[in-house]
Amino acid sequence: MSNSTVRSAGSDVRPSRPARPGAPQVPGPRAERRRRRAREPQRQFRGVVSPQTLSTPHGKAIYWIVLVTVVALFTAVFVFPLYWMITGALKSADEFAQMPPTFFPKSIDWGVYKEAWDQLDLGLFLRNTLIYAAGAWFFTLAIDVTAAYALSKLRPVLGKLVLALMLSTLMIPPMVILLPAYLTVKDLPILGFNLLNTPWAIWLPAAANGFFIFLLKRFFDSIPRELLEAAQIDGASPVRILWSIVLPVSRPIIGVVSILAVVNVWKDFVWPLLVLPDTDKMSISVGISSLSAQMPQNVLMAALVIASIPAIVVFFIFQRSIMAGLTAGSLKG
Amino acid sequence: MTTMTVKGSRRRTTGAVRRGVRRNLTAYGFLCAALICFAFFSWYPMVREFLLSFQKTNFVGPPEWVGLDNFRTVIDDSAFAPAWINTAAFTGLALIVGYAVPFVAAIVLNELRHAKAYLRFVVYLPVMLPPAVAVLLFKWFYDPGPGLFNQILGFVHLPGLSWLDSTSTALISLVIVSTWMNLGTGTLIYLAALQSIPSELYEAAELDGAGLFKRIWHVTVPQTKLILLVMLLLQIVATMQVFIEPYLLTGGGPENATVTVAYLMYQYAFSFGNFGGGGALGLMLMIVLMVFSAIYLRVSRDDKN
Repeated sequence: MSNSTVRSAGSDVRPSRPARPGAPQVPGPRAERRRRRAREPQRQFRGVVSPQTLSTPHGKAIYWIVLVTVVALFTAVFVFPLYWMITGALKSADEFAQMPPTFFPKSIDWGVYKEAWDQLDLGLFLRNTLIYAAGAWFFTLAIDVTAAYALSKLRPVLGKLVLALMLSTLMIPPMVILLPAYLTVKDLPILGFNLLNTPWAIWLPAAANGFFIFLLKRFFDSIPRELLEAAQIDGASPVRILWSIVLPVSRPIIGVVSILAVVNVWKDFVWPLLVLPDTDKMSISVGISSLSAQMPQNVLMAALVIASIPAIVVFFIFQRSIMAGLTAGSLKG
Repeated sequence: MTTMTVKGSRRRTTGAVRRGVRRNLTAYGFLCAALICFAFFSWYPMVREFLLSFQKTNFVGPPEWVGLDNFRTVIDDSAFAPAWINTAAFTGLALIVGYAVPFVAAIVLNELRHAKAYLRFVVYLPVMLPPAVAVLLFKWFYDPGPGLFNQILGFVHLPGLSWLDSTSTALISLVIVSTWMNLGTGTLIYLAALQSIPSELYEAAELDGAGLFKRIWHVTVPQTKLILLVMLLLQIVATMQVFIEPYLLTGGGPENATVTVAYLMYQYAFSFGNFGGGGALGLMLMIVLMVFSAIYLRVSRDDKN
């Protein structure tokens, strides 16, 4: 059962059936697939190793040895560093510097976390980052959804060219236009605004994302035309069609784009480092790293733990969407 | 529809034209915010990157055209050659582990029937951490004294290393963090690709008497060849932009052992105030990366046809 999780997560990114009563029931790709699947006999998934080999005592033994090894290895490589970070921050300064180190902290002392929170002003950095992420999410959706809808369903003159120009930005690695982008934000051409140290320097560039346009447009393309034409005949305006038909159907892809938008801003380092130089405007990553040299290591570890909690919580809750987003772009590009 | 007079059809065409104009106006109304954002923050910077590298600018007077001077300046810099060598070495070393391990891990994960959700979650956990957090965490691990790595080496009675402080291990140390942070992405993408391989292929290979490794070599690899190639190119482009690791861990040192092109570019602009030199480096990096991007586009287009 769990074998199919990633696969079905991928297929989540397809229009769900319209929820509106009375809307014409057009068989979507999903319904078609369901029918096909019903006709085929349900097949047991298998990989390289045959199920027969796995059911022999010898095969079973090997399977369990491999399983235990893999679980132990993954835990050691990926979880242990995090354990070390969390417990490191629970140790007193003396215990922290002790050699050899203690595996379990002698006494659990949450005071270090409190110290980190106060000394680094983590509350401020977290609030800043939250504002940047929320705004980037809002502008990304507002700007990219409307643009992708126009390119997909309204098909204006030169629409193909606009799309090509937007997708061409995917070819340009972000690092190589870092300096000109910084100079642009510092002194916006024609308008002359200086966006440095304002949230706009994060929000607006975040919305200029060719990948999101690509994902959204590809999804909108798969919404059956009949659905929109029916609404058009009923006299619905394009805005209304977008709001009451396209958006409800597109919930899966909007979920994927939302999470990617928020996670991108949360993880980004170089851009906020350049465009938000004031200490009281810094994002959490930049804030912690710019102050990291001036504080005791155990306090720094506590700060790192606090900075990772939001990311881990988001991952816990939105695992499926995040993994769907991961495979959505790369598998069938 | 059936009884259509000439007059009626003309009215119909003017109606269609009007509708077309209205549709286009609406469409560009919807598009304008995106067009403005792309113009300011993507398209214009792309053009400006070219201008920047051929200009000298002090941000007070108008910029001055200097031809190839900026390129000459950066090429004469003693850090120029190390930056390219380190970037290439970093990319190569990151590929050795970061490319093969996720594929092997995905093949193994694909066979397991237990603990899959846990393993998938755990392997992707470092990817979710903000990179700055992961890098600063490893900075502590690399501490020659109480750092985790030397403590582990000491535990198994091996001599400790000086990690970031030695020219011979500094770059490898950066590769280790970077690989740890990014392994999960490849693993999960390969895993998804593996799950779309039809079982019949394995069954057929088995009937032909192919052993486990033969099956991997003759079924798994060819079936995932395309995604393997795509990931190879994506990874090269991503790792060649390496910045945060040298920025937070070593500052390019010791003795330029970890200076990378992107880091040198940053230094030119923000430490030396020479945006022209930074622009020149950026343009060179862009040209190199565009080659890989172009191959990538080629490959993914072939995939669709």
